[in-house]
Amino acid sequence: MEYRTSVNLAGVELKNPVMTASGTFGSGAEYSEFYDLSALGAVVTKGVANIPWPGNPTPRIAETASGMLNAIGLQNPGIDVFIERDIPFLRQFDTKIIVNVCGKTVSDYCEVVEKLSDQPVDLLEINVSCPNVKEGGIAFGQKPEALEEVTREVKKHAKQPVIMKLSPNVTSIGEMARAAEAGGADVLSLINTLTGMKIDIHKRAFVLANRTGGLSGPAVKPVAVRMVYEAAQAVSLPIIGMGGIQNSEDALEFILAGATAVSVGTANFANPYAAKETAEGIRAYMERYKIEKVRDLIGAVGCIC
Amino acid sequence: MKYRETAVITEQKKIATDIYGMWLQTKEIAREAVPGQFLSVYSRDASRMLPRPISICEIDKGQGRIRLVYRIAGRGTAEFAACRPGDTLEIVGPLGNGFPLDKGYEKVFLIGGGIGIPPMVELSRQLTGEKLIVAGYRNSELFLKEELEQGGRMYIATEDGSAGIKGNVLNAIEENGLKAEAVFACGPTPMLRALKTYAAEQGMDCYLSLEERMACGVGACLACVCKSMDVDSHTHVKNKRICKDGPVFVAEEIEL
Repeated sequence: MEYRTSVNLAGVELKNPVMTASGTFGSGAEYSEFYDLSALGAVVTKGVANIPWPGNPTPRIAETASGMLNAIGLQNPGIDVFIERDIPFLRQFDTKIIVNVCGKTVSDYCEVVEKLSDQPVDLLEINVSCPNVKEGGIAFGQKPEALEEVTREVKKHAKQPVIMKLSPNVTSIGEMARAAEAGGADVLSLINTLTGMKIDIHKRAFVLANRTGGLSGPAVKPVAVRMVYEAAQAVSLPIIGMGGIQNSEDALEFILAGATAVSVGTANFANPYAAKETAEGIRAYMERYKIEKVRDLIGAVGCIC
Repeated sequence: MKYRETAVITEQKKIATDIYGMWLQTKEIAREAVPGQFLSVYSRDASRMLPRPISICEIDKGQGRIRLVYRIAGRGTAEFAACRPGDTLEIVGPLGNGFPLDKGYEKVFLIGGGIGIPPMVELSRQLTGEKLIVAGYRNSELFLKEELEQGGRMYIATEDGSAGIKGNVLNAIEENGLKAEAVFACGPTPMLRALKTYAAEQGMDCYLSLEERMACGVGACLACVCKSMDVDSHTHVKNKRICKDGPVFVAEEIEL
């Protein structure tokens, strides 16, 4: 039997459904020292804004039980350096390029999207869900009206298909998914991190300089799977599922819940080969169960009863 | 190159209260490692996801071994200390830049404070010229003293005065009337800050090895940055990555 691991996201064909979660993989350079990035369906870059952002004070991270908190604050070099340096670097690999875009205002997002319009990138992921910056970010991701509006504005300027990255810090993920769809989103990705806090009882102080941070890692996975399932029920858009994926078993849960593709994030820190091994493991699963196409697994969860 | 390896522990010894020395058999890492670099060491408990960055104390290129000397600072390092010879640990390395070895100084200070002492052992072996090794300890548990004495003349300061000079490394330098051309140092931030000021006053070159909480250890996640005077090569702001651009920096290039 010939096994086909490819999936389609808004007309973009990925060789396999595995990509990297924004912010955990830079623009790929650091992990290319471990393996050929052509093994991945796509590389999703660290968020890039219209101008360089210095990020938050340190400490920016804290380990938690089966996870971690981060409050990096979207440190990034700005779109001009990104276009000059990071896109040519990624073009060396046979993988799709997804640029994560961050901003403080709607016009910030649109400026970055405009500058990317003639660039050889495959998809844009709009970060309206970062919990670690005061302006922008999550402010657009927690109100359906604001999300629909920013989606509509970005779509006016975007030449590539647009992924809206959703926050789990909302009452109804289905409502947010529908708002992004109504605004014209081509794809949804979820979940971004859950807002959390850690306190050092010996110093009686916040562990993170930012006080709060985004929780990621296996600790959030059941929440993420549930949210991907609910979003998939609410809209007909393809979904990129993420949140605590460490291996192919985790990835397959998301696909069965309704994700077309998946992102490996925090697990890259625990194992630099995690994303590559996840892609290999999905193929092995297909062979084991004689499943010809990954597509046949998307949303294929049923009841035991 | 960076390598991920499953390393076999060949020796594990407690060398002071909460401080352990561990030899690891590596395939490639020992061959490429230089003094001042570090390894990411991974917990075998999946609930602790992040690697522990631990500086390299000794490199045995002949047998392909690396010695790590570390302090138990939490459950992760306690787990490492409980490992026995024959056990394995996942490691990635060698990471970071290491100390510069090619400056040709005739006389230098190698200064370690507390758990910043271990990298001075390999540095004292590989750096040419006369070495004045100044070590600051909490008390008379003078771990690594024998190893350091082989690499140069050693001066000791203890917080409680139970050995050497009572006080800190700068007290030991002053009371012994020591002079040198450059400082190579690793230790707690207040010590590094004082050494940066001291070196500037004396007109000495100064290389400091910094520490910060890390996640990826390879320069991707931007967790472990420090403030720098110049724009950095990665983000073009003034944030250098301790894991990738460091951990060793020219003192005047960073804010402490």
